[in-house]
Amino acid sequence: MMNNILVLPMLLPIIIGVVLIFLRTYGRIQAWISLTAMAVTAGISFYLLYAIQADGIIRLDFGGWEPPFGILFVADSFAVLLVLTSSIVTTICLSYALISTSKELQTMYFYPTVLFLAAGVNGSFLTGDLFNLFVCFEVMLLSSYVLLTLGNSKRQLREAIKYVSINIVSSWFFLVALAFLYGTVGTLNMAHVAERVAEVGQTPLLTTISIVFLVVFSLKAGLLLYFWLPGSYSSPPVVTSALFGALLTKVGVYALFRVFSLIFYHQPEITHTLIGVMAGLTLIGGSLGAIAFNDIRSIAAYNVIIAVGFMLAGLAISTPAAIEGAIYYFIHDMVAKALLFLLVGTMITLSGTSKMAGMSGLMKNYPLLGWSFFITMLSLAGIPPLSGFIGKVLIAGAAIDSGSYLLLALALISSIFVLYSLLRIFKNCFWGETIVSKEEQLPLRRGVLLPCLALVLLTIGIGLGIEGLAPYVATAAETLLDPGIYIDAVLGIIE
Amino acid sequence: MSINDVILKTVSKAVVLIILTFGIYLFLSGHNQPGGGFIGGLVIASAFVLMFLSYDSETVSEALPIDFKKLSAFGVLLAMTSGVVPMFFGEAFLSQSFGYFDLPIFGKTELATVTIFEAGIALTVVGVVVNIILSISEDE
Repeated sequence: MMNNILVLPMLLPIIIGVVLIFLRTYGRIQAWISLTAMAVTAGISFYLLYAIQADGIIRLDFGGWEPPFGILFVADSFAVLLVLTSSIVTTICLSYALISTSKELQTMYFYPTVLFLAAGVNGSFLTGDLFNLFVCFEVMLLSSYVLLTLGNSKRQLREAIKYVSINIVSSWFFLVALAFLYGTVGTLNMAHVAERVAEVGQTPLLTTISIVFLVVFSLKAGLLLYFWLPGSYSSPPVVTSALFGALLTKVGVYALFRVFSLIFYHQPEITHTLIGVMAGLTLIGGSLGAIAFNDIRSIAAYNVIIAVGFMLAGLAISTPAAIEGAIYYFIHDMVAKALLFLLVGTMITLSGTSKMAGMSGLMKNYPLLGWSFFITMLSLAGIPPLSGFIGKVLIAGAAIDSGSYLLLALALISSIFVLYSLLRIFKNCFWGETIVSKEEQLPLRRGVLLPCLALVLLTIGIGLGIEGLAPYVATAAETLLDPGIYIDAVLGIIE
Repeated sequence: MSINDVILKTVSKAVVLIILTFGIYLFLSGHNQPGGGFIGGLVIASAFVLMFLSYDSETVSEALPIDFKKLSAFGVLLAMTSGVVPMFFGEAFLSQSFGYFDLPIFGKTELATVTIFEAGIALTVVGVVVNIILSISEDE
């Protein structure tokens, strides 16, 4: 049983997070320890990715209880790619926190909570059991409630109430859906569910249950049901909103991908069409939101929504190229959204306002910040050498091949809206008359831009080094499209 | 705030003892019969809450100098450690083992590592529940 390493991406953050509770008063030490923990987690997931590529899917049966009876973690390339990316992004966000966060926040259990959030996210990616997925969701959501309310501003409290209530309702729906599913097929092990659904055929009852799941995960992912998202993503402190923007919706999107490619893929004319329609509407709504606001944080939040619509357009099309494109876009979007939120947050700290009208000519005083923002903009819009390009091309190509011209048009038009909304920020805030003179400008705290630069390098690196990533993404897409591989790895020959 | 309710105080002294005993019983019967760390922890926590209700929180905090936040953190740590240890013996994470021992008073007794895991859960539950009640009662 050398598979124990599989539990570490979830276990390590939890243990370190708990230890940090005892070190509450030591802000900087906490920061360094949590940074190291996440970096080690990233290292472990890198190793896992490599091992899966060589030997196929790895699974770990907790306590030696074999599936379908026990709970287990299953690591395929798709899950581990996401674990790896989320660990790297969390590490970088933590380093931003180390440099910029106030002491007050640091001693209020900020770092332990971030680690618990990371544990929940990694656990959700890795688990092979639907009820365990629910638990990991809750670990992640509870941490996000804490992070959202840390910092006691009135706006945060107002948004937190909305966020908490909507999530409690959707978690309840999740439980109801689980109960229905368990009542129908008598198991919650994902591979076992998939096998049984395939055996009996996806009856109308099962399709209905799948639509309940669709509603639940859409609420979490911000697919069409995103009304809660802009407010709660734009009110907390910089690092928190960067983590939220990069990770939280992705877990919902991941769950949609997993459930609708592994379990409920027999009635695509109903479920996948519905996902396609929802993705299209999300793209429209997100695009309108992104150009409608003058608050730069709201614009960033609406960009998250557009990306969700884009990835699920890939799932709706569900050809190999589309799935590969969606996986590339997944990885790209975690990096780019964290970067976008960190940059926007830094701009707000520097200028003291989040309204576009209050900022002008930042480029003169902070050229590095300006050009980082420029690269982020290009990357999000999908300009070639950067990481957003390949995902967009593959999804667009797949849309043409499968004749989904409406989705194609929406996806491409939404990219233009992304570009326009960010270009507006770039033009209004960075160019124009410099309001603040060189003497009066707030000094940029030393090192604050280092994490942002690391992310910029990452987005360039992913774009240029796409060849290195390609075999892993290909394996991930292959596993997603052929549920048999996953089922065999879990239920197949038991040693 | 001080309440001076003699009947409540006297009754709760006796009842707390009963609740604690019941809680520990539930906890120990856990892994084979209905019960376990979670339920046992809840019952034990309710005993603490009753004490906080019938006496004021200063008196109880003096008698029980426990930081409940740290208690719950310690509980998680204990439960996780009991899951990690088997990893060093080449078993899967969270594997449990048990054996029968002859103890002086109890005679032949089953001792299981799952009890350590359950103890961690019980401590976490006690810490979290009491913590929630205390933080609600603190700000008026």
